[in-house]
Amino acid sequence: MSALVEVEGLVKTFGSGEAATRVLRGLSLTLQGGELTALLGPSGSGKSTLLTILGTLMKPTAGSHSMLGTDLVAADDRALTLFRNLHIGFVFQFHNLLPDFTALENVAFPTAVREGRETAAARTRGRELLARMGLAERIDFPTANLSGGQKQRVAVARALMNRPELVLADEPTGNLDRAAAMQVMALISEINRDEGTTFLISTHDEKIASLCRRQVVVGDGVVTG
Amino acid sequence: MLYALKIAIRYLTASKAQTALLVLGVAVGVFIFVFMSALIGGLADFILSRTVGDISHVTIKAEDAEPAILISPEGHVLAVTEKGRMRTATLAEAATWIPLIEAVRGVVAVSPQITGAGFLTRGAQVAQVSVTGLEPGRESAILNLDGYMVEGAARLGSGLVVLGQRLADDLSLGLGQTLRLQSSGGVSTMLTLSGIFQTGNGMIDSSSVFVSLPTARTLFAMPQGVTRIEIKLADLNAADATALRIRGLTGLDAVPWTDGAEQLKEALNAQAQTGYFLKSFALITIVIGVASALLLSTYRRRPEIGIMRAMGAGRGFVVVVFVTQGALIGLLGGLMGAGLGYLALLPFPSREAFRPGTLPMDITQGSYGLAITLTVLGAILASILPARAAARVDPVTAISQ
Ligand SMILES: Nc1ncnc2c1ncn2[C@@H]1O[C@H](COP(=O)(O)OP(=O)(O)O)[C@@H](O)[C@H]1O
Ligand SMILES: [Mg+2]
Repeated sequence: MSALVEVEGLVKTFGSGEAATRVLRGLSLTLQGGELTALLGPSGSGKSTLLTILGTLMKPTAGSHSMLGTDLVAADDRALTLFRNLHIGFVFQFHNLLPDFTALENVAFPTAVREGRETAAARTRGRELLARMGLAERIDFPTANLSGGQKQRVAVARALMNRPELVLADEPTGNLDRAAAMQVMALISEINRDEGTTFLISTHDEKIASLCRRQVVVGDGVVTG
Repeated sequence: MLYALKIAIRYLTASKAQTALLVLGVAVGVFIFVFMSALIGGLADFILSRTVGDISHVTIKAEDAEPAILISPEGHVLAVTEKGRMRTATLAEAATWIPLIEAVRGVVAVSPQITGAGFLTRGAQVAQVSVTGLEPGRESAILNLDGYMVEGAARLGSGLVVLGQRLADDLSLGLGQTLRLQSSGGVSTMLTLSGIFQTGNGMIDSSSVFVSLPTARTLFAMPQGVTRIEIKLADLNAADATALRIRGLTGLDAVPWTDGAEQLKEALNAQAQTGYFLKSFALITIVIGVASALLLSTYRRRPEIGIMRAMGAGRGFVVVVFVTQGALIGLLGGLMGAGLGYLALLPFPSREAFRPGTLPMDITQGSYGLAITLTVLGAILASILPARAAARVDPVTAISQ
């Protein structure tokens, strides 16, 4: 079976001339389907940059990036938007949820935005996912009233809404206390085990990383371990 | 797109106070638009009814009238064309045309007339007058004689004459007195003064006398036909088109009042221009208000826009969300402003009851539909810039802000 995600010789430079910062310097990485991988590295090492490129939110300065056999460097914005919607889920550290919408509305968003309306089927799946995240009681809660841990669990549910092959989580527990962080990680492990969804989770917390089966360390713009 | 509408509505209801203020601002602009429309429209009608309400809107004149008389502003006869040299031209078959003209759409009254010049004599006093023979029963069809009577009645019968207050004063005439009226053709008859009117128009009040059509026939030796047909229309502004239609129908030279009313038209035009200017200003204010408010909202919601884009919302979807917000604000503000405008116009007297000194507001000319339509279009236009800015938000920087 071919790899789910492949990046090779990835270069990302911000700015130009004297002020240019080379964040990624020829990074290569392969993710197989069903992996649960931690992305480690000190702050500023380029973890977020790598995740946004893998998430098709940004293009690399150089190098190749493909997923599910599709060349994502060559694709245009419209194609990438649909690809993202169908195959990639995101969990961010901050600014995760739409504050004026309920937990269920947030979770149903990726499906509703594609279908042009919030269908009953989408709501049913959203409810199931929220129940699975232990948030059955919080389905119609405005997300502004949820705790940090609850918000991140809603975000995980939303990332899973369209049954993506890959979920990218950028320091999903960075803002949470130990207990809440552990709860989120436990749920991610469970989904990964039961559904085979591939997760790539950036963190600089060794404890969190130890919960993942594979660890990738980034340093100096390349994978160092 | 239903889902974009849902999100747009949610965004608007999420910050209720801000949205309410914005809608109110739009409503004020629409209110001004409606108010200006009602004022300019009412004013134009008022001026028109004052100036041309009492005149014929479409006139058919016989090819050549009575021997021309040139009169100085003081009333002295300066020149008279030699009488008898040419026969007074007549509209001989007037009787057959009148039903035809009456059937034309928009015609409310038709008045066949015999007009000419004459001399009114009372004892030693003589006044030069213009004589109009009106069909009994249609005395007030064009000039509202009935409404201007100060003494007696407008009703004309055989041997009766009605004239203006100024003329009556000049000749010291009283109701019921007998006068001698001699036509320029030399025919004279004795008439009884049966009514005195005051129109406010100096010319009419000081030198016009009205007799019945049969009396005029005798005076001007015109056993049949008329010299003039005056036509009143329901809509003043339809005069050009109606005159054309009557001309086509009868072959007669029907002339609309607008011929030779250039100054009045210019004045009304200038007034309408002022109205357009003020209304455009109101619309521009609406556009700027909506644009700035939405631009602010775009900026405030950058992280959310980034999230939506990351979740697979296309740029088009983001554009629709923001344009829909603009359209909704325009629609709400438009409805509210038009409604308030209507309510504010209710206390003003109706167009039939305009009196000098009060604003001649015409509630029927508020242009409510136009105001709402233009506001919605303006608001949509205003939201295009913010919507494009929103669509260009880079999800990466927005989310990591
Ligand atoms: N848009 C950008 N413009 C300029 N520099 C950037 C930008 N994004 C990230 N960087 C720089 O790239 C480096 C890596 O950032 P990041 O990928 O966020 O690292 P990490 O997530 O590992 O902390 C940092 O030095 C950061 O300042
Ligand atoms: Mg980071």
